[in-house]
Amino acid sequence: MDDLTFDLNQTPLRQVNQFLHDNLQQYAGQPVRIFHPNGAHNIAVGVNAPIEIDIFGHTGYYTAGMNQLANITIHGNAGPGVAENMMSGRVHVKGFASVSAGASAHGGLLIIDGDASLRCGISLKGADIVVGGNVGSFSAFMAQAGRMVICGNTGDALGDSLYEAVIYVRGTIKSLGADAQVEPMADQDYEAVNELLTKADFTFDPNEFQRIASAKQLYHWNADANQEY
Amino acid sequence: MCGIVGLLIKNPTLRDSLGELMVPMLIGMSERGPDSAGLAVFTDTVKEPYRKYSLYAAQEFDWQILGDYLRSTIANHSKLIAHGNHASLITDIDSKQLKQWITEQHPSLHLLATGRTIDLYKDTGHPARIADRYQFHLFKGTHVVGHTRMATESAVTPAHAHPFTAGEDFCLVHNGSLSNPYEIRRKLEPQGIQFETDNDTEAACRFLEWRMREGDDLESAIEKGFQELDGFYTFLMGTADKLALVRDAFACKPAVVAETDDYVAIASEYQSLAHLPDIDHAHLYEPNPEEMYVWTI
Repeated sequence: MDDLTFDLNQTPLRQVNQFLHDNLQQYAGQPVRIFHPNGAHNIAVGVNAPIEIDIFGHTGYYTAGMNQLANITIHGNAGPGVAENMMSGRVHVKGFASVSAGASAHGGLLIIDGDASLRCGISLKGADIVVGGNVGSFSAFMAQAGRMVICGNTGDALGDSLYEAVIYVRGTIKSLGADAQVEPMADQDYEAVNELLTKADFTFDPNEFQRIASAKQLYHWNADANQEY
Repeated sequence: MCGIVGLLIKNPTLRDSLGELMVPMLIGMSERGPDSAGLAVFTDTVKEPYRKYSLYAAQEFDWQILGDYLRSTIANHSKLIAHGNHASLITDIDSKQLKQWITEQHPSLHLLATGRTIDLYKDTGHPARIADRYQFHLFKGTHVVGHTRMATESAVTPAHAHPFTAGEDFCLVHNGSLSNPYEIRRKLEPQGIQFETDNDTEAACRFLEWRMREGDDLESAIEKGFQELDGFYTFLMGTADKLALVRDAFACKPAVVAETDDYVAIASEYQSLAHLPDIDHAHLYEPNPEEMYVWTI
């Protein structure tokens, strides 16, 4: 076992995370490998270095939360809140992601090869999210900035109370949330979808996607609306 | 927060290892519920007219008194096994008569479960110590429903720990909080249904059992539960031959399912499943909101 391989059956997670928080510049170019995550919480949270991290197995809550610069791959399923509040870098889930994937993420790219559960991209603040499968209900709820590409179908209330974030959906939308609307695709939308699909290594045709964005009816309080949003 | 675990063994050769497989699942959920734990295990079915009773003594209790009572009553081949303040009793004595004797003569005794297959244990304290105290690892059977509790809405006592039971061979554990338990109680109490605690989970348990007593099967009862029980919940239920799992419409409370040819295992988090045999090849998924998952032994 070299220095950059950790087995969570042997090494306490706190020690692994401490290693990941220390100055990793000296290891630049060497991938960190983490085995036997066994659903542990907070793996590789708060990493702030341009380093490759591979996690082999299923993880618990908040994997890669607050990530900056790192390229983190989970070779398994991710628990709730994966890449929550990511600032930059890239997080790739090879399996499915549980609820609130990429919540409040400010920057960087989150790729989920499988399905994402409910509330994917909730309160998104600027990151990009590409989901290969379906997303659950209330995805992109109050998403403020950033882009979501959903290659499968969506659950209920997609994009409820959206701000400036834009969602691209290939499959069927079960229902749109308040103030979300389907809009025509412009050239820059096709480019955006193409760019994100390429980054995520998916081969879908951008022409199959539709654009969902905010109708901006909720931007100003309307006392006459009688709560009918 | 609370932790839920469930295990149903499909491969009969593994049924002797039920407890051994389940104890790490229960302990794995300790962080979600360190104040109490409980477990219902479904074992061999006793013959009619025998019944199994799981009893809990709130204070130190001389189980000999119960033995003497059984001998003095017309009961054939009764079997009483005491583990500290828990006891399991198998007897053919009339259940009404037994319950009346307990209520009148020994009000400090609580009847935790009644049925032909169910055995139930619950207590306060750390789940690992409770598992140790009652030797959960030795349990054999077809399926098990377990819970670790972090109390949020009613007191920490053995009676408030899960699983809750109602009727015979039915139990329910819950992670979440119901918003209308008192509305449910007000609906059930006039039907003669008595509550033993102020716990919200008891309302869900008694509601579903009431529906089944009124003629619904488990699935139809759960369907009515979706309409009547309001709040955030993951429920895991056990009957003599079934394990059932549901989440509320918002899927606020977590659950993960792992299925192999040998077993189906359920937990609030994957970390309780990681030790199970062949878990790397299990079909792993999260249950959908307001969808019913029912497995039969």
